[in-house]
Amino acid sequence: MIPEQPTTPPPLPRRRGFDWRRALLPGMISAGSILAVFGGLAWLIAQNENWPRIQRQFFSVDHMLAALPRVAHGFLTNLQVWLIAMACIAVWALVLAVIRSLRGPWFAPFRLMVMLYVDLFRGLPALLLVILFGFGIPALRIAGLPNSGLFWGGVAMVLSYSAYVCEIYRSGIDAVHEGQRSAARALGLNEGQVMLYAILPQALRNAVPSLMNIVVALQKDVALLSVIGVRDAVREAQIYTASTFNYSSLVVAALLFLLATIPMARLADWITHRDRKRRLQMAEET
Amino acid sequence: MIEIRELTKYFGPHLVLDRVTLDVARHEVVCLIGASGSGKSTLLRCINRLIDPDWGEIRIDGRPVTDPSWGRTGLQQRVGIVFQSYNLFPHMRVIDNITLAPRKVLRLPRAQAEEQAIETLALFGMERFARAYPEQLSGGQQQRVALARALAGQPDVLLLDEVTAALDPELVGEVMDAIRGLKARGLTMVIVTHEMGFARDLADRVCFLDGGRIVEEAPPAQLFNAPEHPRTRQFLERLLEAGRL
Repeated sequence: MIPEQPTTPPPLPRRRGFDWRRALLPGMISAGSILAVFGGLAWLIAQNENWPRIQRQFFSVDHMLAALPRVAHGFLTNLQVWLIAMACIAVWALVLAVIRSLRGPWFAPFRLMVMLYVDLFRGLPALLLVILFGFGIPALRIAGLPNSGLFWGGVAMVLSYSAYVCEIYRSGIDAVHEGQRSAARALGLNEGQVMLYAILPQALRNAVPSLMNIVVALQKDVALLSVIGVRDAVREAQIYTASTFNYSSLVVAALLFLLATIPMARLADWITHRDRKRRLQMAEET
Repeated sequence: MIEIRELTKYFGPHLVLDRVTLDVARHEVVCLIGASGSGKSTLLRCINRLIDPDWGEIRIDGRPVTDPSWGRTGLQQRVGIVFQSYNLFPHMRVIDNITLAPRKVLRLPRAQAEEQAIETLALFGMERFARAYPEQLSGGQQQRVALARALAGQPDVLLLDEVTAALDPELVGEVMDAIRGLKARGLTMVIVTHEMGFARDLADRVCFLDGGRIVEEAPPAQLFNAPEHPRTRQFLERLLEAGRL
C-alpha cells in the first residue's frame, strides 16, 4: 500500500549564508603558492651572477624601443602573408578534399593524384619547400612568372599547408553520417549536389576546431619566409641584431608573435568548447 | 506496378537476398516483416537503387529501374523513401529540408516550392514548424517532416524503412496516423516494420522474410492468425512471448 502523501512538496531548502572561508581559502592558497614558487624562481635568476649580462643582451629596453618600428613593420608583412595564404589554403584544400571524397571509378585517377599530393607535401619539411620554391623558381628566370621570393615562398607555404588542411576537411566529410548521403541521393540530388548541399555544410562545421589549430600554426610558420630574404619580423630583428650585437630585437619579434597567437589560441579554445557544448546538448536531446 | 524478379544480393560472402520475387499492385500496401538481418531493408533499398542487386531485376510499370530512360532523377521522383533515423539535414530548417529537392532537382522557383512544402507539412499537422531546425523537434515530429520531404517530389510509391523503430512508444501513434492518411490517399507503399500492429492494421499483404527469402506471403489476417510456414509460426511465437504482438 502507498502511504498517504502530503499534498504540498517540502519548501525550498534555506540558502545558507555566504561562507567566506570556504569561498576564499582555496583561491588564497593557490595565489600564495604561485607567488612563492614564481617568486623563488625570479629570486634565483636575479641572484645569478650572469643575470645583468643576460638582461642587457635580451631584455634591454633601449634596444627594444629602437628595434620596435622596424620589427613591427616586418610583422605587418607576416600578417599580410598569413591572411592571403589562409584564404588560398582554405579554398585549395577544399578542392583537394572534395576530389578525394568523390566516389565512382571514373574519379580514381584524380583521387590517386590527391593522395600522392598529400603524401608528398606532408612528407616534406615546409622549410625545404620554402627554400626550393623561393630561391629555385626565380632562379629559372622563366618569362611571365613572377620572380619575387615572397610570392614563391608563399606558394610553398600554401602547397604544404593545404596537404594538412585537406586531411582535416576529409575527416570532417567522413564524419558526416552515411544516412545523410543516402537521404540526399534518394531525393534525386546528383553527386555534386549531395556534396554541396548535404555533406559539406556539416563537414565544415565538424572541421572548425582543428582548422583553428592550423590557423595558429600558420601564423608562426610565416616566419619561415625570412630564410629566403623576405623582410618579415624575424628578418628585421636579425638585421638589427647583426648591426648591434644585441638580441633584444628578437625578443620584440617574439612578443609580437605571442600577442597575435595567444588571442587566436584562446579563440580556438572557445570555438572548440562551444562546439562541444552544442554537440552534448544535441546528444542529450536525442 | 512494382515487379521484383529473382532479386539476389551478396554483402561480401554473405547472401542477404536469395532470389526474391514479389509483385506490388498500384495502391497496394505491402509490409515486410522478419527478424533483423533477414534482408528486408536491403530489398527496400534496391527498389530506389540506393543498393544495386547482384542478380535479378526490378521493374516499375514494366520498365526496369536500371533503364537509362529514367534519366538521372526520374526514379527518385516516382519513389520516395523514409528512414528509421529520419536523416533530416540538421543544418537546414524544416522548410529547406523539404524544398531542397524540388528546387535543385525539379528546378521549381523557391516561392512555389515553399507553398507546396507548407501544403505537404499541413497534411501531417507540421506547418507550424516550417522555420524550426530538425534538432528542435521531437522524434515523431522529425519523422513527420521526413515523410513530408519524401512526398515533396509527389512520388506515387513510398518506401518506409522501420520508420517507427527509433521513436519513443508514445510518439509512434502520430507517425502511424500520418501513414494511415497516406494509404487513404492511394499511395503505393512498401513498408519494413517491427510493429506487428501496424502491419496488421495497414497492410493489404504481409511478407515474412527469413534468410533472404520470402517464406510466406498472405493478407495480414491470415498470416498473423493462421501462419502456414513453421518459420513464420516460430517468429510470431517469439514475438508473442516478448509481448510485441
